Amino acid sequence: MKHLLSTQDLSARNALRLLDVAEEMAAVGEREIKKLPALRGRTVVNLFYEDSTRTRISFEAAAKRLSADVINFAVKGSSVSKGESLKDTAQTLEAMSADAVVIRHPASGAPARLAASGWIDAAVVNAGDGTHEHPTQALLDAFTLRRHRARLGGLPSAGSTLAGLKVLIVGDVLHSRVARSNVWLLTTLGAEVLLAGPPTLLPVGIGSWPCTVFYNLDDALAQRPDAVMMLRLQAERMNAAFFPSTREYSRRWGFDDGRLALLDTMGLDDTVIMHPGPMNRGLEISAAAADSPRSTVLAQVRNGVSVRMAALYLLLSGDPRDDDEPDAHDRTDSPPILIPEGRAS
Amino acid sequence: MTTPSTAGTTSTTPPAYLIRGASILGFDVQDLLLRDGVIAAVGHAATAEAPADAAIIDAAGLIALPGMVDLHTHLREPGREDAETVETGSRAAALGGFTAVHAMANSSPVADTAGVVEQVYSLGLASGWVEVRPVGAVTVGLGGERLAELGAMAESRAAVRVFSDDGICVSDPVLMRRALEYVKAFDGVIAQHAQEPRLTEGAQMNEGEVSAVLGLTGWPAVAEESIIARDVLLAQHVGSRLHVCHVSTAGSVEIIRWAKARGIDVTAEVTPHHLLLTDELVRSYDPVYKVNPPLRTADDVHALRAALADGTIDVVGTDHAPHPSEHKECEWAQAAMGMTGLETALSVVQYTMVETGLLDWEGFARVTAVAPAAIGRLGHQGRPIAAGEPAHLILVDPAARWTVDPSTMATKGRNSPFRGLELPGRVRATFYGGHPTVLDGRLASPRPASAPTTDEAPAWNM
Amino acid sequence: MTMPASDSGITKRVVLAAADIDRALTRIAHEILEANKGSRNLVLLGIPRRGFPLAQRLAQKIASVDTSVDPDLITGQLDVTMYRDDLRRHPTRSPLATQLPPSGIDDKVVVLVDDVLYSGRTIRAALDALADLGRPRAVRLAVLVDRGHRELPIRADHVGKNLPTSSRERVRVHLAEIDLIGGSAVNEVVIEDRA
Repeated sequence: MKHLLSTQDLSARNALRLLDVAEEMAAVGEREIKKLPALRGRTVVNLFYEDSTRTRISFEAAAKRLSADVINFAVKGSSVSKGESLKDTAQTLEAMSADAVVIRHPASGAPARLAASGWIDAAVVNAGDGTHEHPTQALLDAFTLRRHRARLGGLPSAGSTLAGLKVLIVGDVLHSRVARSNVWLLTTLGAEVLLAGPPTLLPVGIGSWPCTVFYNLDDALAQRPDAVMMLRLQAERMNAAFFPSTREYSRRWGFDDGRLALLDTMGLDDTVIMHPGPMNRGLEISAAAADSPRSTVLAQVRNGVSVRMAALYLLLSGDPRDDDEPDAHDRTDSPPILIPEGRAS
Repeated sequence: MTTPSTAGTTSTTPPAYLIRGASILGFDVQDLLLRDGVIAAVGHAATAEAPADAAIIDAAGLIALPGMVDLHTHLREPGREDAETVETGSRAAALGGFTAVHAMANSSPVADTAGVVEQVYSLGLASGWVEVRPVGAVTVGLGGERLAELGAMAESRAAVRVFSDDGICVSDPVLMRRALEYVKAFDGVIAQHAQEPRLTEGAQMNEGEVSAVLGLTGWPAVAEESIIARDVLLAQHVGSRLHVCHVSTAGSVEIIRWAKARGIDVTAEVTPHHLLLTDELVRSYDPVYKVNPPLRTADDVHALRAALADGTIDVVGTDHAPHPSEHKECEWAQAAMGMTGLETALSVVQYTMVETGLLDWEGFARVTAVAPAAIGRLGHQGRPIAAGEPAHLILVDPAARWTVDPSTMATKGRNSPFRGLELPGRVRATFYGGHPTVLDGRLASPRPASAPTTDEAPAWNM
Repeated sequence: MTMPASDSGITKRVVLAAADIDRALTRIAHEILEANKGSRNLVLLGIPRRGFPLAQRLAQKIASVDTSVDPDLITGQLDVTMYRDDLRRHPTRSPLATQLPPSGIDDKVVVLVDDVLYSGRTIRAALDALADLGRPRAVRLAVLVDRGHRELPIRADHVGKNLPTSSRERVRVHLAEIDLIGGSAVNEVVIEDRA
């Protein structure tokens, strides 16, 4: 693993390894001295083109617990308009001997571009790119789910997959990098994924995803999911006519008190409610649901540091010349270049 | 092939060229004598009439075709000379086997007045590598609000016949109707860039399975198809000629097929890249694959090939769109749209259409020369290879194989999506008005501007 | 006892058989109790992977001498992966669990247990790892085999067997808790030499 760009490219083997290492990192987080020397002398740059204090400090804590030097490089919108290109920024970081670049960018594919361009040698970690992916968020969600299930079963979570688990993801899938990363990762780990949302906020082409799609949240809940992941709704979506009003959205797609009570009625005592944060209380999730014992919101935040430590450790600690098993790009799509068939002689 | 000893002399009269043993349109093997800008003789007569000092070109194994005519080229001058100039773009055209290109109007300033189109026309004459035909803008500044002075451009020295806001759709239906009607006065044609603007706000790539995964804003096929459907109906209603630029979807093909069956005067164009590449390439997020209209699916590619073969699509237009490297060395969303195409068009069409048996070389000549010349009303281009015809022709080695290397191209643009691909077919020679602009696969010399007189169009350039 | 390997020209020599290992551990257990003047405050931390089962075996032997000792309550595992000085020289290693006994290690006498003492770098890493976990009163080192070739000023307090080796040779410890050879659990120490 040279970069962490998406969960679609992550093999089950590497995903499990990452989660298992995160278990050990989590143990370090419970010690008095929460620091390991593994990345001493290595430099991790947090290159953030979007404000995201939560994700940035999570990566910063992860890197510092591994004793790496951390440089926070916040590129405000104005700097982009001043014209410094991603290429120039990347080469600046290269000149500063960055070993890893953690990049958050509003453009889908910017981390992949950085990794493939040859502008920089550093390992690239995608900390959220546009509406594409947010792989460490999905990894921390998978980690949270795995621990939840291990606790129920009284088994160790290390080494276990998510086989048999049913996860319902609700809301604006179209614009959600969290949803995309979770769809690929959770299914890779053996979970069954259900998606529910208004048809306007589900992408054209979703038919080829390994998921069942619902246009009605209550129909989806009737499938008795083990976890319900509520996606954040961006307020500006309303202006683009994706749905009539936030009230209507909230009634049809919000996890409200009625649906919280429904879980009890259905006897789904072990079903958890997840949210990547920050939450719009009263919009996609009610305060009672967010604060209920079912909510894993704070566990998700806590697990974020462990998962990001694992990612940085696995990307930066080994011999860079030693390329372990490459991730499978198991695509069955048609080839991009259509080789003409039936050539006449 | 022998380099003629007379090339590069200062004589104002081009020497005679005796082409020996070329396969005419892939059929009979004949000799051709080129003299005074025309094909003077074909067959035994060519050998018999050749003057003693005629340069002899051995064309064994080569196919003689009419010089290609591009209805859709971005030469970027005036305004973006860092991306391309008329000189560099027309050198690329000559190397690619073209003897005429239509320079799109989205320069800076926009080619929306007689002054700008005459400037581009003059630059073309001065360069002398190919005939440069300016395309006039439909609306002032491509603004989509007021008609540009179409009549003035038509009557200018550039004699504009093709009008287009290419890059931007003439989306206002009333304005489109007026434009279609107005150009009937001088036998013009509106070349529409079919893209419904509201359906493509922020669009980055074809909307479908790949865009869903990549999280790039989708560019639905319906945004193209709905405009084409509207425009063919408008063209029918006002009895005008319509040309549809760069058709990219199977649905567009169906609409055009329907319109032609109804007798609507519509012609359509496809680019080489839409005949070969699909949106799967976007998975790399490499902006070299970012183009307008976007790369579509395999089903679309197959429909486009079939449509070009059966005549539903009339012509291949390159949409050659060079960009400076900084406009491609960036994030996908910030990158410019467009690909170079002049120097790869012949090979890609041979690869996708000829080697598949969908077209023979005569069909190739139809879609790359005869039909585009007819749409652009260039009576002297795209002509048969026969005695007395203007000598715009090329010699092609169909057996050659080469690997695309954008860094060695004549265009300033390095944004070729075919980089690294091995393609068949090479242009060995290009004759523009009887003058070899390309010999031995390399640039020779531009056609002297003094051929007839300095400030007049060549005699065949009516 | 030297057996030429069936393939690849590697010779294998069993230097400690199961009974030898057991005798050595019994002796070490007695030495530990003697040095510590009893079992008070004693903690045995095995270094993965084979140090941990050795620590468990030593704890069993100590408990058989001093019946007041619960072997599970004095045994733990100390992973040193993240403290190694050669992380960049090898393929990425996944860390293993560190598990301390419930009493912790503060003010305890910690006996680090490993199978083979060689360069001393693993023990250096273990001392650093220990410092991040607490402050023992004393740290001692018990190893099954000391094969020499030290690169750091580190010395074992308790050694099962000193084995002079050439650096070309490899010392392999097989323990029944971990190692299955040909389907059966094996206890042995082998020296392999690439002839």
